[in-house]
Amino acid sequence: MDYYDIFISVLSSTIRLSIPLIFTALAGLFSERAGIFDIGLEGKMLGSAFAAACVAYLTDSAWLGLGAGILCSVALSLVHGFASITNRGNQIVSGVAINFFIAGITIVLGQAWFGQGGRTPQLVPASRFAPIILPGADAARDIPIVGPLYANVISGNNILTYLAFLAVPFSWWVLYRTRFGLRLRAVGENPGAVDTAGISVAWLRYRAVMCAGILCGFAGTYLAIAQSAAFIKDMSAGKGYIALAALVFAKWKPVPVMFACLLFGFLDALANFMQGKQVPLIGEVPVQVFQALPYVLTCVLLAGFIGVATPPKAGGVPYTKER
Amino acid sequence: MSTASVPLPNWINYGLIPLLNLTVAFLISGFVVWLIGESPLDALSLLIQGALGNGEGIGFTLYYATSFIFTGLSVAVAIHAGLFNIGSEGQAYLGGLGCALVALALDRYVPWYVTMPIAVIGAGLFGAAWAFIPAFLQAKRGSHIVITTIMFNYIGAALMVYLLVHVLIVPGKMAPETRTFLEGGQLPKLGWVMQLFGAKLGAAPFNVSFIIALVVSYLVWLLVWRTKLGFEMRTLGVSPTAAAYAGIPYARTVIIAMLLSGALAGMMALNPVMGSSARLQVEFVGGAGFVGIAVSLMGRNHPLGIIMAAILFGILYQGGDWISFEMPNITREMILVIQGLVILFAGALEYMFRPAMVRLYQQFKRG
Repeated sequence: MDYYDIFISVLSSTIRLSIPLIFTALAGLFSERAGIFDIGLEGKMLGSAFAAACVAYLTDSAWLGLGAGILCSVALSLVHGFASITNRGNQIVSGVAINFFIAGITIVLGQAWFGQGGRTPQLVPASRFAPIILPGADAARDIPIVGPLYANVISGNNILTYLAFLAVPFSWWVLYRTRFGLRLRAVGENPGAVDTAGISVAWLRYRAVMCAGILCGFAGTYLAIAQSAAFIKDMSAGKGYIALAALVFAKWKPVPVMFACLLFGFLDALANFMQGKQVPLIGEVPVQVFQALPYVLTCVLLAGFIGVATPPKAGGVPYTKER
Repeated sequence: MSTASVPLPNWINYGLIPLLNLTVAFLISGFVVWLIGESPLDALSLLIQGALGNGEGIGFTLYYATSFIFTGLSVAVAIHAGLFNIGSEGQAYLGGLGCALVALALDRYVPWYVTMPIAVIGAGLFGAAWAFIPAFLQAKRGSHIVITTIMFNYIGAALMVYLLVHVLIVPGKMAPETRTFLEGGQLPKLGWVMQLFGAKLGAAPFNVSFIIALVVSYLVWLLVWRTKLGFEMRTLGVSPTAAAYAGIPYARTVIIAMLLSGALAGMMALNPVMGSSARLQVEFVGGAGFVGIAVSLMGRNHPLGIIMAAILFGILYQGGDWISFEMPNITREMILVIQGLVILFAGALEYMFRPAMVRLYQQFKRG
């Protein structure tokens, strides 16, 4: 394989691996910008993957699967909201609880319903999001340099991939160019001021966690019925935490979120590619180095060695009206 | 007046409300069992039978409980200082490295009771070391301890897999694990304790680390409620501003609390590594670090409560195995469901029933 082919193949798997991260990190962005920490991203992604796979299998419709994924994830968001907004409980504890509950219930129900060790049955192509071949992709394949890029990286992805990249400017627009977005950001910095202006802090925060739920629903659906053709137990495999890391890395801003996710997706793709291969001068790099890299980078960033990542000021603190 | 600030007697605060929260968690778990098409009552009786029905069951229950006591204490010590340590899992993993290195170095020269104290120190040191960087970052650089400890769980897992696959593996073997420790690196089982009650331990790996766990629980109680350091930690946990005005050094207290927390998590490794499998294996912690969160929340961060909650979770783990064996429809992961619900209701929704309780209590006092 020549170097350009390698580059193209790593690039296309980078995109594939980044999509769930982009959706999930944007979900975290909405929630955390409104002052609600969300450790439960992992659980919401896993739960929606399960719901999407079940419904897609039963109805043979990918779109109904997506709907179910979103519903499940929004429902979990509401639980998180009920605990952390209405009951002023600890947001981190609530998120951890959701992760545990989902990690267990998906396997328990999956085994009880389908009897395949927590998997859902293999989906037929009709109930999945199929790759979309963009016009002229086949014809362009033979053009040097640009051809393979267009045919293998830009074309041939499923609709959720394109939606993920559209979700980035859309989130930016919502957060920075709408009244809702302004208030949402304000409630994460100074809920008291928002309250004084006569706007309900609780309702704003509920809407923010619901936005997060919808986006996590896309991420889980992507995992189960676009990237794979079934729900496999624990298929989110820590991606929710990586997305959280990407969010920190991007300093809670939409466009940097996309780049951070692409970076972490690239590391993942590189790790897969490098397995068992020799690097000149260094020799074989253990795959664990690549696996740990996003986490190490995030810690280095948090330590303030590469810029400062300041989280929203009111993050993690339940709002209590002064008496 | 808001109901949040009405004082309630201790038996409601520490007895009735937690019990109510726990009951709701179990009712929902029962509902899940019913949803699957099994009888919740049958499941409950299988659970009790499997966990407490014979000596071997009790042995397994207490074996699991031992791990959970350590991780529960680890989470609790951090919570007292106002820190939420999600990293007990990774700290326990690294603790395993510490105690395995001691066992590998000493097992052919000295008997177990010489190895044991050194292994306790080794496990504690390695666990504490893994907590140090997140602690330092929180204390000095203001990075959020929750995020950094999660990151360190993953970094720790990657590091340990690397070490077990490339460094500590027995040459010529496929399994990523160290060699089996000789007798001098194994903690003896507590079969004689079971015999006092006329029961047989069987294959259960209930071992000396249980006694260490009880001693450590007492030491933690002494530390938190009977020393100056413990007082400073609790002050910091209740109000960082008050602590600052009282001249309690923030950075030092945070770092010490996290080192203690990490050391306690690390000591958990004694139980599975030296007490059960007699070798260091991949993923031996098996989520015990996270169970510690539930145990600590349920035990109200008090060592006595933690011991009771750890035993309850031991019953759930051992009984859960038994249920999944007898009722193949209910898999082992049901434990995770229950665990999640317990964390949700005993932790995040801990005050859900409080307003109703206050109203009832006031009516009761008037009437």
